[in-house]
Amino acid sequence: MIGLGHYITVAAILFTIGVLGIFLNRRNVILMLMAIELILLAVNINLVAFSAYLGDLTGQVLAMFVLTVAAAEAAIGLAILVIFFRRRGSIAVDDVNRMHG
Amino acid sequence: MIAILAFYLFATLTIASAIAVIFSRNPVHSVLWLILAFFNAAGLMLLLGAEFIAMLVVIVYVGAVAVLFLFVVMMLDIDFAQLRSGFTANMPFGIIIALVLLVEIIVALFAHSAGPAFAHPQIAAATQPNIVALGQLLYSRYLFPFEIAGLILLVAMIGAIVLTHRSRGDLRTPKVSKQIRRRPDEAVKLAGPGVGEGMKL
Repeated sequence: MIGLGHYITVAAILFTIGVLGIFLNRRNVILMLMAIELILLAVNINLVAFSAYLGDLTGQVLAMFVLTVAAAEAAIGLAILVIFFRRRGSIAVDDVNRMHG
Repeated sequence: MIAILAFYLFATLTIASAIAVIFSRNPVHSVLWLILAFFNAAGLMLLLGAEFIAMLVVIVYVGAVAVLFLFVVMMLDIDFAQLRSGFTANMPFGIIIALVLLVEIIVALFAHSAGPAFAHPQIAAATQPNIVALGQLLYSRYLFPFEIAGLILLVAMIGAIVLTHRSRGDLRTPKVSKQIRRRPDEAVKLAGPGVGEGMKL
C-alpha cells in the first residue's frame, strides 16, 4: 500500500535533484531557475501529501501560495536574465559580479 | 492495484525527467523534460485526491512558467556549450553532497515516523469535492493571504514589465496625453473662402 513515506521519499529525491542541478550548472542561470522550479515542485508534493494524509486542506491552500510565488519568481528571474543578457551578451553566472558598485 | 501501479509510474517518470532536466545538453530539451516532470507530479497529486492543485500545476507550471522558460531560451542567443564547461569538474563533489542530503532527509523522515500523519495509512475519503472544500477555505479563513497572493502576482507582472521595457529614442511613438488633450475647436478650422481669394494656411 502506498503510504505517506512513499510520497515524501519521491519529494526528497526531487528536492535533491534540484539542489544537484543548482550545484552542477553553476554557470547557466536558466538551468538554475529550472532547478529552483523542481525544488518548489518537491515542496508542493510534500505539502499536498501531508494535507491528504492528515485530512487537513490547509496544506493544499499553502501549496497554492507556493505555486503563486513560484510563478512570480520565474517571471522576475527571467526578466532579470533578459536584461542581463542584453547588457552583457552572456548569461554566465561568473560575470554577475560585474554588477557591484 | 491500479493506484499502486500508477504511483510507481508517476514517481519514476517524475524523477527520471527531473534528472533529464539537469543533465540534458540542450536547454530546450531541458524545458521539455521539465514539462514532463510537471505533468507526472500533477498525476501524483491526483492520486492524493488534490484535483484542484493538480490542475493548477498543469495550468500554471506547464501553461505559463514552462512556456516562459521556452520563450526565453529560444529568444536569447546563448552559447550553451561554453556554459557547460565547469560541469564535469563539479560532478563528483556535487553528487556526493546530493547523496548525503538525500540520505539525511530519508533517515530523518523514517526516524520520526510517529506523527499523526503516519498513524493513518489511508487517505480519508472526501466528504465533498476537493474544489468545493478548497474554495470554502480559501474565501473564508485564508481570504487575506489569497488577496496578498494576487498582489504578489501584480507586483511581479509590473516588475517584469518595468525591467524589460526599454524606451528607445529612435521610435516615433504617439504622445497619448497630447492626443487626448486636443480639443475640436483648436484642431478644426472652418473656413469659407470667397471666389478668387484662395485659402490662407
